[in-house]
Amino acid sequence: MGHYFEIFFTALFVENLVLSFFLGMCTFLAISKQVKSALGLGLAVVVIQAITVPLNNLILNLVLKPDALSWAGQGGIDLTFLGLLVYVGVIAAVVQILEMVLDRFVPALYNTLGIFLPLLTVNCAILGASLFMVERDYALGESFAYGLGAGGGFLLAVVLLAGIREKLEYADPPAGLKGLGITFITAGLMALVFMGVAGF
Amino acid sequence: MSDESKRELFFRAIFERNPITLLVLGICSALAVTGSMATALVMSISLTLVTACASAIISILRHRIPNTVRIGIQITVIATLVILVDQVLQAFFYDLSRQLSIYVGLIITNCIVMGRAEGFAMNNPPGKAFVDGVGNGLGYSFILMTVAFWRELLGAGTLFGYTVLHPAIRGGWYETNGLMLLPASAFFLVALLIWLLREIYPSQLEK
Repeated sequence: MGHYFEIFFTALFVENLVLSFFLGMCTFLAISKQVKSALGLGLAVVVIQAITVPLNNLILNLVLKPDALSWAGQGGIDLTFLGLLVYVGVIAAVVQILEMVLDRFVPALYNTLGIFLPLLTVNCAILGASLFMVERDYALGESFAYGLGAGGGFLLAVVLLAGIREKLEYADPPAGLKGLGITFITAGLMALVFMGVAGF
Repeated sequence: MSDESKRELFFRAIFERNPITLLVLGICSALAVTGSMATALVMSISLTLVTACASAIISILRHRIPNTVRIGIQITVIATLVILVDQVLQAFFYDLSRQLSIYVGLIITNCIVMGRAEGFAMNNPPGKAFVDGVGNGLGYSFILMTVAFWRELLGAGTLFGYTVLHPAIRGGWYETNGLMLLPASAFFLVALLIWLLREIYPSQLEK
């Protein structure tokens, strides 16, 4: 059990996808103007990561890996080169299904998340988590812990940045730095803080 | 927009309408691979190739793609190109491809490629779309190489692995700046670049 917690907390703090690997930056910078929308987006990312990473793990182990298809009597086939295409497909499908399920059963949440959901298909944090899962050879349980931690890390980072940006509204930086520039500097300082967690 | 010559289109995409500093697209990889000039260069070349080819292909197909499934088709085209690039890198530049780790694969979700495909290639002829793709790719490369230049020079005292400023730890005079090796420094450098470009093009200032 402790092993899973370790993966979870490592992904959450030390290897925060946003602040130490710079994944999902576009969404991170675009949807962090207000804490409320940042929270909704972050929650959607947690849910999707917790589903897609284990799902891609299953597909990798049962279909794509060399000789993985031997359970279907098709040994000796290596489909790993199709990986990228399949992972993106799975993510797009999960996002679409999640959208329909939420729309049908939890309309309130669906309306809060609104446009953020479909946008997540092209969020690199989500594809990135699946690719890290492949690179590190996680097993099924580990992938679930990792997906949850990676999503949680995104939630944490985006809500923190949104909180700071709300305060920054009242600050007075040089004209050229206003908006995007100062947000970058803030994110840079946050990245330094998270390095402190890693023990630099 | 429509009567812009190809040349204008090309140069505007590099500086004035730079995909990273103005449109905030494709930042993830811009920050992550800029620790050394070599990785930044490989990433720049890969992305420029993918953007240009994807734009051209999608532009050729644009009258045949049904509107409802266009995102899916765009992603498939892009993913195919990225897989090609990835396989070539793994076959011929294995060390570099290990260093770039997952970031080559992430070109698929790099918003520059999608953004140009969706925003430009869908309603322009292939020639123009190709030029626009190359221009945007080079705009991205320009930022990437600038950031990588300063990070490698100040952080390790080298450029493309050749020693320029002799670092103190190896008996030279230059005290390396450790901050520049940390990924966080990329944020500050990009912020400075944004500042610079916005001083040059005041219309981009945010209120």
